[in-house]
Amino acid sequence: MSNPFGNRTSDLLDISGLTVALPLGGRHRTVLSDVSLRVGAGEAVGLVGESGSGKSMTARSIVRLLPAGAHTEGSIRLGGADVAALRGPALRDLRRRVPMVFQDPRAHINPVRTIGDFLTEALRAHSRTPRRAGQERAVRMLEEVGVADGRRRLRQYPHELSGGLLQRVMIAAALLTEPHLLLADEPTTALDVTTQAEVMAILDELRRERGLAMLFITHDLELAAAVCDRTAVMYAGRVMEVRASDLLHQHPLHPYTAALTAARPCLDRRAERLVTTAGRPLSAFEAPDGCPFATRCAHVRQRCHDTRPGLRPLAGGQVACVRAEELHQERAVPHE
Amino acid sequence: MSEAILRVEGLRKVFGQAVAVEEVSFSLPRAGALAVVGESGSGKTTVARMIVGLDRPTAGRVTACGRDRSQPARSARERRRRGGEVQIVFQDPYASLDPRQSPAAAVEEVLRLHTRLDRGRRRARVAELADLVGLDERQMAARPARLSGGQRQRVAIARALAAEPRILILDECVAALDVSIQAQVLNVLSEVRERTGVAYLFISHDLAVVRQVTDDVIVMRHGSVVERGPTGQVLDAPEHPYTRLLRASVPGPGWRPTRRITQQAKQAKETR
Repeated sequence: MSNPFGNRTSDLLDISGLTVALPLGGRHRTVLSDVSLRVGAGEAVGLVGESGSGKSMTARSIVRLLPAGAHTEGSIRLGGADVAALRGPALRDLRRRVPMVFQDPRAHINPVRTIGDFLTEALRAHSRTPRRAGQERAVRMLEEVGVADGRRRLRQYPHELSGGLLQRVMIAAALLTEPHLLLADEPTTALDVTTQAEVMAILDELRRERGLAMLFITHDLELAAAVCDRTAVMYAGRVMEVRASDLLHQHPLHPYTAALTAARPCLDRRAERLVTTAGRPLSAFEAPDGCPFATRCAHVRQRCHDTRPGLRPLAGGQVACVRAEELHQERAVPHE
Repeated sequence: MSEAILRVEGLRKVFGQAVAVEEVSFSLPRAGALAVVGESGSGKTTVARMIVGLDRPTAGRVTACGRDRSQPARSARERRRRGGEVQIVFQDPYASLDPRQSPAAAVEEVLRLHTRLDRGRRRARVAELADLVGLDERQMAARPARLSGGQRQRVAIARALAAEPRILILDECVAALDVSIQAQVLNVLSEVRERTGVAYLFISHDLAVVRQVTDDVIVMRHGSVVERGPTGQVLDAPEHPYTRLLRASVPGPGWRPTRRITQQAKQAKETR
């Protein structure tokens, strides 16, 4: 399928026109609407949004971990292969090549199995690595993610490890299968700030060393800006803007991105009042027909209600706002 | 400080062998806002629980509104009086409301218990409080399940304010909220303090939020206070190494995450 936004052929992940509806309350409701997103080999892309924006569902769609009964349209290609067509062993292989790290490690690890069992399970199942060799690799990997005394850790159970340590174990498990793309869903949200800085440093470092691509899901624009090459902002199941992270953060194109940036208090000074947006974030199925942000947007015009804007190129990125050009110009000219 | 509404002196709490809080002292002026900053295990929530009376201090004194509250209340009346002085709002807005009780009923219940208002006045006061935190009539009549996290947290704040406390303890009260909702709640908190003169003890790990809401800050680590001062000053020029580390761990423009404890592990890898 041709791509209207560029002709890079090195795309590892190519999501095109992804629409997902889930059975909720007896009927199918849209949670993702026409999502298109690319991740190049070795590239880190941030996926930022508030609750219900669809960022986790996008990640789950990639490895086909959507809830039962989900209706999916559009295509997801990974390394050129259509994800929807994968069955059995091929699907398991996909999940090994594209591991996921979640927000709450404790919810995604078997509490009655040891860390060693957890880390070596995939190795032994997929590549038939002998037990001892698998353990050796696990210990080395733990060392790389900053967990000392790996041999002892392998014998421990999840409840004996702190949240920060356990998240490092999850990252080690993800990296052990030599993945191409890492899906990280708020991996540091439940951690203390100093631990977050450390876990992010480990992820960032190991990712660069290995040329590993990453889709990094977070609610924190500033965190995404710090570790991702590009960032996509989602709202109501749609992508509103995709741009180089630093540009997006400093000069947002979409009014929603601008609202997100303005709402966050600043570490360096106290604002008289935070600039807020009335209402709450909407899910895709609650969003109005035109622009999903129209009911809350400070720059809204009649035409925003009439047509639903798609992503189009602007200022080195893509934006889904009919007024993006005018607003971009206005911002370039400083207000008195 | 003579006009301190809350004073904590030499507070200590031991759980079994573990010392959770050690020699913590501070005071909160009338209508002031003091932040308690720290990571998990720093003892900040234990301090809050001792002030409210949910935990009993091993040693030290808590004085609120000029009265000692280090010992458990001896009567229901005394408990109610203490409840009227200090209220607390917790982090999880999904766990702190009765699922079968409308916000209006929850607030009304507190008014019935803590004030002598008659039925009509109570109803008017519920409307006033709803207005103060930015909830409309429909939301006040809804079941909590129909409200979003931000709306529930506003209900929790309205309910806490219904007792007309002089001190409101806010324990990570915006941590679970979406960025845009968090901003709304933070603005509500600033307005409420201006309009009612309630003092805040604001417990948080989020330094940017602390800057926005508080005047002074204490930084806790492993149960002790490591640094204190005006919020702007402490954040702009942190003196204690731990405060500096906290400050440096916050993502922002030009921020690069760094390995700290794991430096050794990395060196070990390189020398192999």
